[in-house]
Amino acid sequence: MVLDNCELETTVFERPDTLTGANTHYCPGCTHGIANRLIAEVIDEMGMREKTIGVASVGCSVFIYNYLNMDFVQAPHGRAPAMATGVKRVLPDRMVFTYQGDGDLASIGMTEIVHAAARGENITVFFLNNTNYGMTGGQMAPTTMPGQKTTSSQNGRDVETQGYPIRVSEMFSKLDGASYIVRRSLHDPKNIRMAKKAIRMAFETQVRGLGFSMVELLSICPTNWGMTPKTSIQWLEERMIPYYPLGDYKVHPALAEIKL
Amino acid sequence: MPLKGRIVVNEKYCKGCELCVSSCPQEVLALANDRITAKGYHPASLVADGCTGCGICSVICPDAAITVYREKAGVSRIPA
Repeated sequence: MVLDNCELETTVFERPDTLTGANTHYCPGCTHGIANRLIAEVIDEMGMREKTIGVASVGCSVFIYNYLNMDFVQAPHGRAPAMATGVKRVLPDRMVFTYQGDGDLASIGMTEIVHAAARGENITVFFLNNTNYGMTGGQMAPTTMPGQKTTSSQNGRDVETQGYPIRVSEMFSKLDGASYIVRRSLHDPKNIRMAKKAIRMAFETQVRGLGFSMVELLSICPTNWGMTPKTSIQWLEERMIPYYPLGDYKVHPALAEIKL
Repeated sequence: MPLKGRIVVNEKYCKGCELCVSSCPQEVLALANDRITAKGYHPASLVADGCTGCGICSVICPDAAITVYREKAGVSRIPA
């Protein structure tokens, strides 16, 4: 039985308007696509598309400028928070966000992001953590798990010589300038819905002028991990979440009144 | 009787990652092995009755390829 009369059925889900018709370059199963869609949905819900400026970083994340139908600038590797700072200070009425991966944010761009958070810049950062440099072929990043094999740690990450993974959200939660720091995951529908609420909350933080907001999103990278999308999701659940616990690390008290 | 739903998979976007297949609570999704998309993937499709239009496949779909419809409660069904 097929229902074909629109008066008899409701549309539960369709592509958000802010997503362009482009076919993404992401590998099958990559959760970057989910993150892009969630940001598009939230911007549509807030009706802020004409007042939002995105700052694309370097890595797989850069092509978000082709996938969201809105204004974008692109920053040099790691420098998205610095560029977002400039954009926001010149145009304080716009909603400015950066979209960065872990190679971009936690490695080459660690200086910019830490100081943007410490200054309490009124920008929003979306940080996709998939434990490697995805675009360049899966090299080790600061967030790579102990023992994880990558193209530049072929015997697994050895913490004796290569150090321990950086827990970015925990680190930023200690900075006075940060107002909203949370970690979410994109591995199942429940967590995806929670991630969407966090993205909304981060934008609300900025709209209220409360200061720096960041949402860390745990993601999968099936191609570079050498797994299927389904086993990648299991690996994220079993290996990453124990090391990178999900939760709210810092929430400004003024945000408590917002119910989503 | 639970509400009925249906999905439409836009084969321009579907990459056959199977995340919707493993997430579907009704287990009515599978890859269509009889055809491939323009990019060379087997697209996901409904293979059995029982879709309730819950929308979980559209939440997990990384490429926003799935549109989900659900019949309105209290409206009589039209036979196919």
